[in-house]
Amino acid sequence: MLLITCPFCGPRDHVEFTYGGDATLTRPDPATASDADWADYIYLRDNPKGPHLEYWQHHAGCRAWLTVRRDTLTHEITMTAPARKAAGGESGAGEAGR
Amino acid sequence: MSRQSFRLAAGGRIDRGRTLDFTFDGRRYQGHAGDSLAAALLANGVRLVGRSFKYHRPRGILSAGPEEPSALVRLRGDARAEPNTRATMIELYDGLAAESQNRFPSLGFDLGAAASLVAPLLPAGFYYKTFMGPKGAWRFYEHFIRRAAGMGRSPEGADPDHYEKRFAHCDVLIVGGGPAGLAAALAAGRSGARVLLLDEMAEPGGALLRERAAFGDVPATEWLVAALGELQTMPEVRLVPRAAAFAYYDHNEIIAVERVADHLAEPPPHVARQVMWQIRARQVVLATGAIERPLVFSNNDRPNVMLAGAARAYVNQYGVAPGIRAVIATNNDSAYATALDLQRAGVEIVAVVDARAASTGDLVQRARQAGIECRFGHAVVAAHGRRCVSGADIVPLGNGDGRLHAETVGCDLLCVSGGWSPTVHLHSQSGGRLVWDETRAAFLPGSSKQAERSAGAVNGHAALVDCVAEGLRAGAAAAQAAGFGNGAPPVPDWPTETTTPLRPLWALPGGPRGKRFVDIQDDVTVADVELAASEGFRSVEHVKRYTTLGMGTDQGKTSNVNGLAILAGIRGEAIPSVGTTTFRPPYTPVTLGNFAGRDIGRHFEPTRRSAMHDWHEAAGAQWVEAGLWLRPSTYPLPGEDIRAAIVRETLAARSRVGLVDVSTLGKIDVQGPDAGEFLDRVYVNGFKALAVGRARYGLMLREDGIVLDDGTTSRLAEQRYLMTTTTANAVRITQHLEFLLQVVWPELRVQIGSVTEQWAAMALAGPLSRAVLERIASIDVGDAALPHMGVREGRVAGAPARIFRISFSGERAYEINVPADYGRLVWEAIMVAGRDRGITAYGTEAMGIMRIEKGHVAGPEFDGNTTAEDLGLGRLVSTKKADFVGRRALSRPAFAEPQRHRLVGFVPVDGRTRLRAGSQIVVDSSIPPPVAMIGRITSVCDSPTLGYPVGLGFLAGGMARKGEVLHALFPLANQWTDVRVADPVFYDPAGERLHG
Repeated sequence: MLLITCPFCGPRDHVEFTYGGDATLTRPDPATASDADWADYIYLRDNPKGPHLEYWQHHAGCRAWLTVRRDTLTHEITMTAPARKAAGGESGAGEAGR
Repeated sequence: MSRQSFRLAAGGRIDRGRTLDFTFDGRRYQGHAGDSLAAALLANGVRLVGRSFKYHRPRGILSAGPEEPSALVRLRGDARAEPNTRATMIELYDGLAAESQNRFPSLGFDLGAAASLVAPLLPAGFYYKTFMGPKGAWRFYEHFIRRAAGMGRSPEGADPDHYEKRFAHCDVLIVGGGPAGLAAALAAGRSGARVLLLDEMAEPGGALLRERAAFGDVPATEWLVAALGELQTMPEVRLVPRAAAFAYYDHNEIIAVERVADHLAEPPPHVARQVMWQIRARQVVLATGAIERPLVFSNNDRPNVMLAGAARAYVNQYGVAPGIRAVIATNNDSAYATALDLQRAGVEIVAVVDARAASTGDLVQRARQAGIECRFGHAVVAAHGRRCVSGADIVPLGNGDGRLHAETVGCDLLCVSGGWSPTVHLHSQSGGRLVWDETRAAFLPGSSKQAERSAGAVNGHAALVDCVAEGLRAGAAAAQAAGFGNGAPPVPDWPTETTTPLRPLWALPGGPRGKRFVDIQDDVTVADVELAASEGFRSVEHVKRYTTLGMGTDQGKTSNVNGLAILAGIRGEAIPSVGTTTFRPPYTPVTLGNFAGRDIGRHFEPTRRSAMHDWHEAAGAQWVEAGLWLRPSTYPLPGEDIRAAIVRETLAARSRVGLVDVSTLGKIDVQGPDAGEFLDRVYVNGFKALAVGRARYGLMLREDGIVLDDGTTSRLAEQRYLMTTTTANAVRITQHLEFLLQVVWPELRVQIGSVTEQWAAMALAGPLSRAVLERIASIDVGDAALPHMGVREGRVAGAPARIFRISFSGERAYEINVPADYGRLVWEAIMVAGRDRGITAYGTEAMGIMRIEKGHVAGPEFDGNTTAEDLGLGRLVSTKKADFVGRRALSRPAFAEPQRHRLVGFVPVDGRTRLRAGSQIVVDSSIPPPVAMIGRITSVCDSPTLGYPVGLGFLAGGMARKGEVLHALFPLANQWTDVRVADPVFYDPAGERLHG
């Protein structure tokens, strides 16, 4: 199945990871977000065909939450990065190739 | 004992010095080491080896390899019995015992064969039609269908063998140890790459073992010896025989099963019977070969109608003549090699019947020179005989109804070749495309999706020299792609033979008698495919399911291409536009034990035990599983009934003092300058203002406002908190907090770590708890020094300890945490210190009763539907904090709905009837279901303290209905109980006992 390259631990089998959902979402500011914005954030997810950003946690390794760009059609993984650095935008820092 | 009358005087790769005894259907035979069971049966003249699935027709041996659809036997006996094992894949061992299948009372005389007489009643889709037939038809047929369904009998009893899994990594994985695979291994190995080569058979070599061929001046067998010798000198090359790659998953993961000990009567001690390999390869070379197709004519399923290539294998590899007088029916050049090899072995060749008008191939020329009669433009349209083929009807093709001109010739072996289908299964599983090759009439591997390439016969090459050449190139290219070598291996310039292309021949004309089988394992005929098409099943996938074509244990290896070509003919379309059915794992049948591996019985999953586990065990604990944990549910005394034990434990804690193991609660150490701020954002209530040395009950929500978990969190130091979670959610909450810290609020300076296993935890509860603790605590545990919800560090029984004055039972209580290694020592010290006070260990049952009596919500109430307000905990929710997880969702109108289900207590109106968790609450019990449900009961107990049953649950309108009489329906038992709505805190509502 999937082989995910953890930026800290190297390529590992996906059984070491926990899937964490859509990584394109950012938690809205609760003070300013409308009900509709908040409902979107909590409930509504796109189901894109093609490259998609996802959260995965390397729970059986370094426990880092990662942002992973996976093609939902081919399962190709083209980017993995610590989610901490990717938070607030898909930065190139710390990227590891497939 | 039978003599091996069909064994050739010389030749073959068997060890004639080692004679092995075996039985088939109880009859004793002999074979030699190196035989397959099929080869040994043929050597002994056994032709009839089984009865077919649907019509119970006599069946024999069609092939000499993994594609075998027909010769399926039950191997071994009792718990080791294995049904549907391919006789062609069983290596003979001394004492082997096999039985034929699907026959009663015996193989020779089978009552089920009567199904052949009523065959017109069993058309394609018969099974489905019974569903749609007259009402009751299915019930009438079911009995007969169930009895007839399936092949073979399952073993009885637990599997006495064990199975292992192993993981492997390599630069180049090569699947198939024939000429192409071995050549690829040589080329890749010479580059220094780490190479793994898997071969399905006992001896590597593939076609090199079965064909009489030469590479230039070198016999192919000598090239094989040299290749294996060179591979042995390469430390980074590993060749695994008896290993079938059966699945190809994403990111170049290949799963294979190695039959470690199946060639022995039973595995040696401590050796796994089979090993499942999970392999990650940088590059894969698929050298999986090709499978010969049968021809489709009347009675083409008769025993000793055999694939032409298989007949060569029996002569060349096993030294067995599969017959005395052979007819060879073909549409291509390769079967002429069979004619030559059989003739050389002394088998009389009646004729090669070739559908083509002519062939100028070298093999054909040699056959002619050898005096073999070659009848071009002719075909075999029917076989004669029942238990063994006895003749063949030969007709000229293309003259209207050729059957009028049929000539019947006698034979006891009918070799057939309809061309070759590349073994593209793994390529297709990997996501690679297939392309139809018109010249070869075959699907070949097209473009790859993953890092794999195909080489050899799987690419449509018929000549072994071409397979070797392509294998060398593929191995070098794969190694180069993995970072080894230059990808340009020297390729020998061996002469090749000329061939004439085949003439596609899918179904020969049928006659008035004799079924034409497409799939002989599933008894699917041309007529079945025609019927399915005429009933509107156009898609090849639908035809497959409707007729069961290709759905047997062989997955249609010899039948799929013929079947879809026949369907294409009926539809009047080209074969590629009909397409293939999907190739799915497993390529070959895999024993289920491989998937279980060692994860069986008590090793199914890990068991977590607390530090006090052995004490509990010695005290006679009954165990309950809580996730992976084992927890004591109660400690019955010798002869004491479980229920009595639970009552005794509860009353002891309520009236004197009890001790319970709470080590399983999740414990998370939260540290950092922003720890308080972080907890404020995690919990609905405030923790930043919590004083050092104090504990607080906390409630967490999900972002949608629903309660996630609860627990007590204490402030140990200015920048350090200890959070506890429920046992069930410990792992999930840790991941949740890690996500919040790493992704949502990375600016917070907080670190967390799970310390669940580092600390043993026990709760000392009851009015005498302080008196007991005082005896062994190094610090003052009086109410002034350690008030309710206070936390202090000190020593207990000499061990470093954290003492938390918190209570789940509602009694005065102390939760004591000590480093896990001290757990048992401290537990025992407390039990000794409390002995004269009547201290009693209690389990999860008594703990659960006490929490229900106190109205404390727990797992059954945190069911993913309830809010803080629903649980009666709305007062905890801070209105001052700007943000915490779930806060934004609390303004959802549904949460303020007056008829929302809120926590209440329930008591039976009669004060006696026990309540059932899962009961539904309705207003009027006289209305038959379905009826509006206005509430539910989630937790119940028969309160020993109060003397009557009580329950917690949820009710529309909540406590506004206090005192109302309603009806609880327990649907599983259709049991009604009248219940009264009560305060959920049944015991000590004022909380005075916390200080008692």
